[in-house]
This record gives sequence, C-alpha cells and structure tokens, in this order.
Amino acid sequence: MRVIYILWLRQLKRFVRARSRMVSAVVQPLLFLLALGYGLGSVYKRAGQGNYLEFLVPGIMAQTVLFAAMFYGAMIMWDKQFGFLKETLVAPVSRLKIMIGGALGGATTAVLQALMVFFISLFIGFHVENWGLLAVALAALCILAVSIASFSSGIGSFVEDMQGFQAINTLLIFPLFFLSGALYPLTGVPAWLRIIADANPMSYAVDAMRGALIGQTHFGLAKDFTVLIITAIVLIAFGAYRFKHIEA
Amino acid sequence: MIKLTTNVNIISAQGVTKKFGKFTAVNHISFDVKKGELFAFLGPNGAGKSTTIKMLTTLLKPSSGSLILNDFDVVKNQDSVRKSFGIVFQDPSLDNELTGYENMELHAVFYGLSRREIRPRIESLLELVELWNHRDRPVKYYSGGMKRRLEVARALLHHPHVLFLDEPTLGLDAQTRSLFWNYIKQMNHDESMTVFFTTHYIEEAEAVAERIAMIDHGKIVALGSSKELMDHTSTTSLEEAYLTITGHTVRDEQVSASEVWKERRRARNMR
Repeated sequence: MRVIYILWLRQLKRFVRARSRMVSAVVQPLLFLLALGYGLGSVYKRAGQGNYLEFLVPGIMAQTVLFAAMFYGAMIMWDKQFGFLKETLVAPVSRLKIMIGGALGGATTAVLQALMVFFISLFIGFHVENWGLLAVALAALCILAVSIASFSSGIGSFVEDMQGFQAINTLLIFPLFFLSGALYPLTGVPAWLRIIADANPMSYAVDAMRGALIGQTHFGLAKDFTVLIITAIVLIAFGAYRFKHIEA
Repeated sequence: MIKLTTNVNIISAQGVTKKFGKFTAVNHISFDVKKGELFAFLGPNGAGKSTTIKMLTTLLKPSSGSLILNDFDVVKNQDSVRKSFGIVFQDPSLDNELTGYENMELHAVFYGLSRREIRPRIESLLELVELWNHRDRPVKYYSGGMKRRLEVARALLHHPHVLFLDEPTLGLDAQTRSLFWNYIKQMNHDESMTVFFTTHYIEEAEAVAERIAMIDHGKIVALGSSKELMDHTSTTSLEEAYLTITGHTVRDEQVSASEVWKERRRARNMR
C-alpha cells in the first residue's frame, strides 16, 4: 500500500506544483461552458428544452475528467523519456502496484479539475437539483477517471513517442466526447448517432452526472453505473496488462 | 572500516548472449566479479556494455546463458536480485519536479525501508554527497553534477551489495568527474561495496578499476588489471593495449543495441 500511496502522492505534488497546468485545466472547460452555454442557450430555450447551462455543466465536468485522465498517459511517456520509468522498473515492486498508484494519482488530479469547474459553474448560474446526490455524481466521476487513467497508462505503455500518443489521444477522446450526449440531449437524435452514443461508455458517465446533478437521465442511474463499472474493469485490466509489458 | 575484496563471486556470467532479431548485441560472454571489487566494462559506444547492465539489472532477459547476482538467478529471482543492487543509469532518471529529498523518499518506499529509518538514512547519504542543504529544492534546479551525486545517494539508500554505474560521468566536466569518482572510491572502501561500471573513457577505467573487461562487438576480448592487460600486449598504455587487441580505438562507435531494439519496436508497432 505504501508504494501505491507514494506514487499517488507523486502525481498530486506534480499537479499542484505545475500552476500552468492547473490554469489550463480550468480554462478550456470554462471556454466550452461560456461559449456554448451562453452562445447556444437562447436556441436551446426556444426549442423548449430549458436552461442549456444547467444541461451542459455535468457534460463539461465529465469532459474535464476525460481529457485530464487521458493526460496521465502523457506522464508515462515523459517518465520513459526522462528516465524515471527505469528507476521504477528495476525496483522490487510489482508493476501492477506501479500502474495502480500512478493511475489513481492521475484519476485524482482529473477529479480535482472537474471539481474546480463545478465550483466555478456555481458562480455563473448553475444550480444543483439535489445536493444529496452530489456523492453519486462524484462516484460517477471517480469511476470514469480511474477507467480513463488506466486506459491511458495502457496506451502510454506501448506508444514510442509523444507524437504517436497525441495522435491516438485525439483519435479517441474527441469521438468519445462529441458522441456522448455531453453537448446535446440524446432524445431525438438520428438513429445512427443514437446507436453510437449507446455504445459509448462516456454517454453513461455524462448521463449519471446529469441524473445526479440536475435530475435528468436518459438511461437511468442503475444502467449508467452498471456500464461504468464494467468499463472500469475492462480498462483497468487493459492498463495492467499493457503496463506489465512496458519497456523502458 | 577496511575494504575487503574477497575471492567470493558476487556476479557470475556464463555464456550470456543477447539477440535482437538477427542482431547480436552481446555474444556469449563469461566473467566473474568478486565481492568488494571495482570492476569496469570498457568499450566503445554500442559495444554491448549497457545491454549487459540491463540484463544484470533485470531490465532485459538474456537470450541464453546464466547470470547470477548475490547468489540469485537474475531471471528466476528478480525481486531478490533487485534488492541486491543499486544503479545509476547512463541518462538521468530523477523526477525533476520533485525535490531531492522526495526523490530519495520515493526510492526508500520502493525498497521497503521502514518509516523510522528513512529520514536518518537519507540525511546521512545526502550529507555524504553534500546535498543535504539542497534537499528541499526541486531537482530541475540542480546542476548536472548535483543530479549525478543525488542518483548515487539514491542508489545506495537500501544498502545494496552491488552498485552499477552505466557511463556515469558522461556529460560531466573534468572536475565533477574527479569528485564523482572520489565519492565512489570512498564508498567502495568504507562499505566494501562491489562497484560495476561501464565506460568508454580509458583513463577512468585505468584510474578507478581493479580489473577491466574489454568489450568489442558484444564480445569480451580481454580481462585483467590494467597492468596485466598492458603486459599481455607488451604496450605501455591501456589505450595501446585496446588498439592492439581490437584493431581500433575505444572512440570508434558501433551499432547500438538500443537503437536496433527501438527500431524493431517501431517497426512492430507499425504493423
């Protein structure tokens, strides 16, 4: 446990000390919130859907976790590039513990960034429907963060260079985000989009967040959490398997 | 304490080969290193020195042959082997965002040091390498020489039996190199710790090592003290001895195994 803890703490220290990373972590989601929330708010309202900002905040929080947790894979790339990975691989510690400690750290920083977005959104007009369900929203965020951080550690384990990692990153996270219903309701979308959204685990994270924070759910919280937990198991297993075969 | 070099082998390599596809990086090498000895692998870049260290430190599996370290089989008893050595890699391996102390603490936890012994051990080692006053500074503000000293202190944290140094003075200025070797010799003397280092600086091997294995194109071509190597080749310097034995100087670079390895991995990933 001490190994997992110290590797988790390492990620937290690195995050807190990198002020530019903290600022950029909040600026991008805020830009989405302000530009889309206020830009499309009137259109959304005229369509009889209510307050778009309220609808958008849970999706943007999930997006923050998605982007930030994927960033953990880049940390592995840097550890490879700057030699720190070799130090961990020659230590008498199981690779599973190294992977778990790092991924938990990456997941924690991702959740912290989403919480920063949440607190700021309260100041720009977001209202929580039921504060009692905040823990449910947090649970969905945590499961998503651990899943994505584990997945990104798997990707970071076998990709050779940063350009390759960024290419895979872009190829994966943008479709996951844009086809998840984070920016639009899934009711009334074309059948092909609905099929893709139904198969996209990110849709269930966004839906769980929305269900807990504003009381609107498309799939239902039980289905959301079932899919999220299954996804987490698969992605943690993938990350652990790939990290076991990592070469420094 | 008086340094003790015994006749007991702490490292034993028998017929070790490492192949990357058709490329043979290390070709059927055999050697022993005695407990407490200062032992050097001398050869040009790409000769197979780092590949040998990677095999001895469990980062690579040999294609064939046997490697024993501190009585443990390197392939079969990886955790016991890993507890037995400390290593300073050719390239820096510190976390630049953490402080010197935090880098040491991380290593201490990896190697299972108890909470009670971590701070005094770190303090004594950082005092030894004259970095205790800089312990709370992030490593990114350290000079190249300070980073090297920190890596040595870190490698010694868990009381290893063997210290591996892979081209440890590469990129350091002459004064820092001299200081670095003074620390190493002092630790070797005070703690009778075996030191296995690779270098392509002939003067370093000559000044520091008790025995030198000359490696060329993945093969050990000569092994002995610098005096024995010179006597054997009837030369007056180790550089001449190397030239006589191999037909070229130690500065001539060879195809690096790591480059071959990376190229193969790239090709495999593109398939």
